[in-house]
Amino acid sequence: MSEGHAATMTAPTWRGGGSPVAVGHKKLGMWLFIVSDSLTFSALLLTYSYVRVANDWPTPFHFFPSIVFSTIMTLVLLTSSLTMVYAVSAAHHGARRKAVKWIWATAFFGTAFVVLHGYEWMHLMVDEGMYPWANEYGTPLFGGTFFLITGLHMFHVITGVAYLGIVALGYRRGKWLPEDVEVAGLYWHFVDLVWMFVFPLIYLLSTSVD
Amino acid sequence: MTEVQLSKEVAEYTEVHRHPEPKSFIWKYIFSVDHKVIGIQYLLLAVVAVFVGMALSLLVRLRLVCPECSYPLLGQFFPVGAPEGVMTPEFYLAMLTMHGTVMVFMVLTTAPQGGFGNYFLPIQIGAADMAFPRLNMLSFWTTFVSFLLLMAAFVVEGGAPMSGWTGYPPLSAVPEATLPGIGQDLWLASIAVFCIASLLGALNFIVTTLDLRAKGLTMMRMPLTCWTWFVTAILGLLAFGVLLAAGVLLLMDRNVGTSFFVPAGLVVSDKVIDHSGGSPILWQHLFWFFGHPEVYIAILPGMGVTSHVLSTFARKTVFGYRAMVYAIAAIGGLGFVVWGHHMFVSGMSPYSAFVFSVLTMCIGVPSAIKTFNWIGTMWGGKIRFTSPMLYSIGFVSLFVSGGLSGIFLGQPTVDLYFHDTYFVVAHFHLIMGVAAIFGMFAGLTFWFPKMFGKMMNEPLSKIHFWITFVGVYAIFGPMHYLGMLPHPRRYAEITSVDYLGTGGAAELHMFITVAAVLTVLAQFIFLYNFVKSIFSGKECREENPWEATTLEWTIPSPPPHDNFAGKVPHVYRGAYDFALKGAKRDFAMQCNDDKAVYGEPAPQASGD
Repeated sequence: MSEGHAATMTAPTWRGGGSPVAVGHKKLGMWLFIVSDSLTFSALLLTYSYVRVANDWPTPFHFFPSIVFSTIMTLVLLTSSLTMVYAVSAAHHGARRKAVKWIWATAFFGTAFVVLHGYEWMHLMVDEGMYPWANEYGTPLFGGTFFLITGLHMFHVITGVAYLGIVALGYRRGKWLPEDVEVAGLYWHFVDLVWMFVFPLIYLLSTSVD
Repeated sequence: MTEVQLSKEVAEYTEVHRHPEPKSFIWKYIFSVDHKVIGIQYLLLAVVAVFVGMALSLLVRLRLVCPECSYPLLGQFFPVGAPEGVMTPEFYLAMLTMHGTVMVFMVLTTAPQGGFGNYFLPIQIGAADMAFPRLNMLSFWTTFVSFLLLMAAFVVEGGAPMSGWTGYPPLSAVPEATLPGIGQDLWLASIAVFCIASLLGALNFIVTTLDLRAKGLTMMRMPLTCWTWFVTAILGLLAFGVLLAAGVLLLMDRNVGTSFFVPAGLVVSDKVIDHSGGSPILWQHLFWFFGHPEVYIAILPGMGVTSHVLSTFARKTVFGYRAMVYAIAAIGGLGFVVWGHHMFVSGMSPYSAFVFSVLTMCIGVPSAIKTFNWIGTMWGGKIRFTSPMLYSIGFVSLFVSGGLSGIFLGQPTVDLYFHDTYFVVAHFHLIMGVAAIFGMFAGLTFWFPKMFGKMMNEPLSKIHFWITFVGVYAIFGPMHYLGMLPHPRRYAEITSVDYLGTGGAAELHMFITVAAVLTVLAQFIFLYNFVKSIFSGKECREENPWEATTLEWTIPSPPPHDNFAGKVPHVYRGAYDFALKGAKRDFAMQCNDDKAVYGEPAPQASGD
């Protein structure tokens, strides 16, 4: 795809009078994807609430390691959002090399999150005997909802890291535009935002405060 | 690039970027990114699926009138489901499930939106293609994979699933409850893949409608077809994500050992199932949060086509265009807050049922607005009774008939009696099945000359219309009475139930089955007409054979690769300017400026 072609695909091609959205295809498409994806997550979080209310729900997570560890993961993910903001800002100022550097930083923190998350999963399964179908704390759905929701989120982070890699390479070669960086940023911030629901609902509410 | 004759109708063009036409067969017809090719691919998929679905419905009808009859050919294909050609009750349920699934997902969801929407949305808004052509191709091929997965359920061990198109757990969630096999898993995988395909398609439709309209084509000048495709896409975007989540949960219940939908203490065949903590009601909530909007996904494009065709052949502007747009939006919006009316008997609080009931009744308002506006559109018009016009009038009739029974079912007290009876079967078949199919017939006969540059055989279409129109009432009319007996749906046979035997159910079933066989046979008239007309129909090279007003009628038939050959027409007026005072013709196309319509000097400015 040539630069010129990319430009026609991304720049607003509105010709129908006053534009209500004033954004290009890709950005609008990403917003719509976020809307539909957030409904998928909402359905799962509602499922979680439903089965939580319907069952005697255990609260087995301890402050250490679970809460401390997940807080570190949260900080890593939030940091990645910050680096993404720098990437988008640099891209819009035309600082291509700087932007690419920040995108790679974002991908790094995303990968770190996945590694930490994977380590935590291993800990829960091997040491705590917690699986999607059974656990030692109480209702088996505790594990079911935990692994499903965090798993789907982790899948989004992994996809996001791959997406960031493609954008970094494409943008460095001039194949993609600053707006493409911004669109990738939208996705990345969305994945981060989902975690801000997962963290309190799945982790903080799974520990007893006494 | 081939030179294209530009239309004399267009007052002014804008130049746009052109893409070269692909040359090789594979890129031109198989993995094409051209929205017109993709639209036809969707239509062909739907045609294959609709005949599969009809064959399944015939098996269902045959089992009902004669449970012990033997069909040796069937026995050869399904030695387990129909040993020696006699259908087992499980086989009956499997055919019922697959009939519903194939029809709802592969026909009613694909053809009106993926088929006609893909083909005509970009042309009607004056665009060269969809906003994301490659995503569009991906949507179709993902849908195709979904179709293959669904068909695979027929041939695996244990056969197709038997939990109905709604896939209610625990029957769908507990493998021990059905014949062993992966039919239900394939079904779920198919649905999940279909959700992804529909989400991609919906996203594409919305961006296309918002971003790619021609100069002068404001939202309130869009043809009503575009409005319905647009609102349908919004419904799809919001609904399919939830079904995707539900499908994943159910797949996990079956394969990972979770129990989201399986309650504790469930006993199947004297064996306690080792699950606890879940709720089958949760599935119903998630499913119907998708399922009700899905009904409007199926019917809205048919409403758009009907409005479009009625106006064109009554030679009158759409009565209350703005009201029509608001009604489409209202139906779409209300569709998300009424899912509970499918669950009145699930043990729901009467207060919740009351809220869902009131909201459901509210849908009657925009539906009535649309119905009266359709009648208002035809009122006093110079009606041309072409076949698309007949199908559209048929749509209005079926929409009213099916809609009225919805008012009964929307009352919790009445629904307690009618729930899961043939009354429901009659209701949803008339309004969501047959009415939507009539919308497709209208669309196909209306746009056939544009798509293929040929005319369909009018007398054959009209014969097909009358047989089908009478046939569907003969099939679904008596089902209302069966439901009042009340005859439960999904029962493989009625022979051992006294009140049904003496109530005349057997005779009615026989009448319905005969009507169904005749109506299905009549569909081959349409198929013959369709296929024959593509290859040897009467040539129709003129741009605008119906004297219609929208942009697709300004380009050659069939349209060239990039629709407007690199020049996009400007739009000057609304989509339904018929019978204008002082105009040179009885219609004005959207791309005609006042000079072209009235000559000089223009006596008045045309409004939206």
